[in-house]
Amino acid sequence: MMQFMLLFSRQGKLRLQKWYVPLSDKEKKKITRELVQTVLARKPKMCSFLEWRDLKIVYKRYASLYFCCAIEDQDNELITLEIIHRYVELLDKYFGSVCELDIIFNFEKAYFILDEFLLGGEVQETSKKNVLKAIEQADLLQEDAKEAETPRSVLEEIGLT
Amino acid sequence: MVVPSLKLQDLIEEIRGAKTQAQEREVIQKECAQIRASFRDGDPLQRHRQLAKLLYVHMLGYPAHFGQMECLKLIASPRFTDKRVGYLGAMLLLDERHDAHLLITNSIKNDLSQGIQPVQGLALCTLSAMGSAEMCRDLATEVEKLLLQPSPYVRKKAVLTAVHMIRKDPELSSVFLPPCTRLLRERHHGILLGTITLITELCERNPAALRHFRKVVPQLVQILRTLVTTGYSTEHSISGVSDPFLQVQILRLLRILGRNHEESSEAMNDLLAQVATNTDTSRNAGNAVLLETVLTIMDIHSAAGLRVLAVNILGRFLLNNDKNIRYVALTSLLRLVQSDHSAVQRHRSTVVECLQETDASLSRRALELSLALVNSSNVRAMMQELQAFLESCPPDLRADCASGILLAAERFAPSKRWHIDTILHVLTTAGTHVRDDAVANLTQLIGEAQELHAYSVRRLYSALAEDISQQPLAQVAAWCIGEYGDLLLEGNCEETEPFQVGEEEVLALLEKLLQSHMSLPATRGYAITALMKLSTRLRGDNNRIRQVVSIYGSCVDIELQQRAVEYNVLFQKYDHMRAAILEKMPLVERSDSQGVDERKENKAGAQILEAAAPVPTEPQAAKLLDLLDLLDDTPGHAQHLPPLAPSPGGALAHLLDLPCAPPPPAPIPGLRVFEREGVRLDLSFVRHPETPGLLLVTATTSNSSKEDVTRFVCQAAVPKSFQMQLQAPSGDTIPAQGGLPVTQVFRILNPNKATLRLKLRLTYNHSGQPVQEIFEVDNLPVETWQ
Repeated sequence: MMQFMLLFSRQGKLRLQKWYVPLSDKEKKKITRELVQTVLARKPKMCSFLEWRDLKIVYKRYASLYFCCAIEDQDNELITLEIIHRYVELLDKYFGSVCELDIIFNFEKAYFILDEFLLGGEVQETSKKNVLKAIEQADLLQEDAKEAETPRSVLEEIGLT
Repeated sequence: MVVPSLKLQDLIEEIRGAKTQAQEREVIQKECAQIRASFRDGDPLQRHRQLAKLLYVHMLGYPAHFGQMECLKLIASPRFTDKRVGYLGAMLLLDERHDAHLLITNSIKNDLSQGIQPVQGLALCTLSAMGSAEMCRDLATEVEKLLLQPSPYVRKKAVLTAVHMIRKDPELSSVFLPPCTRLLRERHHGILLGTITLITELCERNPAALRHFRKVVPQLVQILRTLVTTGYSTEHSISGVSDPFLQVQILRLLRILGRNHEESSEAMNDLLAQVATNTDTSRNAGNAVLLETVLTIMDIHSAAGLRVLAVNILGRFLLNNDKNIRYVALTSLLRLVQSDHSAVQRHRSTVVECLQETDASLSRRALELSLALVNSSNVRAMMQELQAFLESCPPDLRADCASGILLAAERFAPSKRWHIDTILHVLTTAGTHVRDDAVANLTQLIGEAQELHAYSVRRLYSALAEDISQQPLAQVAAWCIGEYGDLLLEGNCEETEPFQVGEEEVLALLEKLLQSHMSLPATRGYAITALMKLSTRLRGDNNRIRQVVSIYGSCVDIELQQRAVEYNVLFQKYDHMRAAILEKMPLVERSDSQGVDERKENKAGAQILEAAAPVPTEPQAAKLLDLLDLLDDTPGHAQHLPPLAPSPGGALAHLLDLPCAPPPPAPIPGLRVFEREGVRLDLSFVRHPETPGLLLVTATTSNSSKEDVTRFVCQAAVPKSFQMQLQAPSGDTIPAQGGLPVTQVFRILNPNKATLRLKLRLTYNHSGQPVQEIFEVDNLPVETWQ
């Protein structure tokens, strides 16, 4: 299974962290720091895999973002590359030519999309279409709910309740 | 007063606008205070916005624990927006360690049983991300129900949640095993994929489950076959490969089911061959499937032809332009090299080429694999490649490469000389990276190869003369020069280019080593001992050596000082024993059954008592020499006998105690036993300090005539009740006009305390004439046998 996925910029700023194993905040911070350092130190031409502690790390850089997954010994590195690529494609389709800023300003959406693609560290849906459909529907639900409430909240905001 | 709260986007903008860390902290602290206030008494409808901001701040590394309870409230809210953010918050902020996490169990239960599908999805997702074992037990039934619900959207998530639950509490396997058979009939890829993952998890944890699921092998084969042959479907294909995620997962399950099971393996053979040959290899997706196929083939009972096919696929991977592919090829081949050695051997040349990879993780793999591929037939060629690699490899691989080469050389050396050359090369190229026992091993090896003593000492001398900084090399070289200094000076050796080296040069080199600030204390120890040994091997006078030894008597380093003081004493008070003590070392018996610790101890011993034999072996069976046997066919020269203990180093051990030791026993008077035309033989006696029953007799033959004495051999015999061992003489030539005498030590045990008599037989050439003398010595001092 995948143990965690991290997205971070070239400056080492974390943009997304999805953990599929229970760890304390302190441990997560430590792991993140170490791994970010290790991956950023890699030269551009090096291969996408490295051993780190007892895990295999699969990472790929897309523009200014590093997508970094930790998988277990039995897992297939090459298919993990496909997982990463699929996720980027989903983000791309959703945001329309996704860039780092989209993920920064809409980080919750990035999580929601990931949660429709992977579950518990495993792939749950292999159809791109189905994942995007699910997100669309959830977004619609949110929109509908917002529309129903909007008049009230506007009044509240201008202090006229 | 209503403080307008920042929208999430605005907050992010403001944070990003901060120019310094301090500014950012300020913005965030202000906002967090605002969020806290809002949580306390703000509009519940805005709660999700506040939490979203908090989650962003949390990602930047700031504390957000005060948001935990808010997650609970949001999850419990009926609004979808609230739940969406609330569950996200739960996944990010809550985990097993917090007691709070249990509080969401109820909400999840409600959402699972009554929520609309998206809500059920959220609940399942959260449960699978942070559900503790306790939560899983509480919610297992709910999840089980959802497995059979009509909606594929929910079912696929329920299946994977079940996987998580089993991981947390394996007992739950009994709940989730029964539905699997039915789930396997699904057409929906997501559900199928989840089911196969679930079955894999069940089988890995439970042998009974493994046996149970073997019967679905035909079904799995069918599913995979359909996938592979049905052709392109836009929805699930990647680069022309049908749903590679599903294929890989099926192959993995097949691997687990087919392992150690003939019948299952057979059922999947054809399919595996089909996938292996038909999968498109132009893109990563296809290669991912191929990799999994290869791993499966190698792990089950597959036909020989299929295995060869698999290894060849890996061989092709090695030639792929894509580094990642080469990497997995090397890793996989490494896994297979033990079980399918000959198949992997076929790709040896490609593997060796991979040593040149610039990527360190690849070259490391290539190194490991290359070392594993060395065998007796390819050892010379491989060693050449590996040594070339050693010269240019990155520093972090040096140690592994050096020790790998040395190990392989030990196992497969075609000849002793090649072995010595190889070790020498490693020491010169990567001396600082070799393991500690390399020095001991090499000295052992050289000691064993008697015929190569001259060769070894010359090569080591040349290497040392070039570079005294590599410590292991310096240590071995010093030891060798000390031991075989006489061979070094002789000048002839067919195997190396002839070069002349004078005594002064040798002494100068050793002194240089001794004085160099680059030399470790251990190296200096070796150097000074070597110098000392040369005092008996060289012909010239020992003034230079004496000088050095006396200077180091006041050295700051205690070890060195102690040695120097002892050697000084050896020159002065115990000069008559010096030759015996500094004789060539007997061969140390190497027993491979020795534990590593023992070896280390012995090595430590060797360093302290450099002249002593490091391994104490049992005293060899006594060689009884009947007086009459002397004239029989005891072959030629005095034998180089198997190792005995305690060695002459024992005498040195006594010297180590010198300062506060009890006064040494009164020396036994020496005896001149033979004289003819200027050739004299004197005997000196000393009792072994630790074993008083053991008498050490030193026979010193000197020559004051005008002609050299050559081919000198001395044999001795004692009465039956005695046990005697002859040690190798220091040489067989005594130069004329008082040149360096030949010494030889006899060790005599007299358990019955009988009267000691000695019969000696001398043969030598003098003034062009062969001489043989046999005589008895019976006027030995009483102290020699009482």
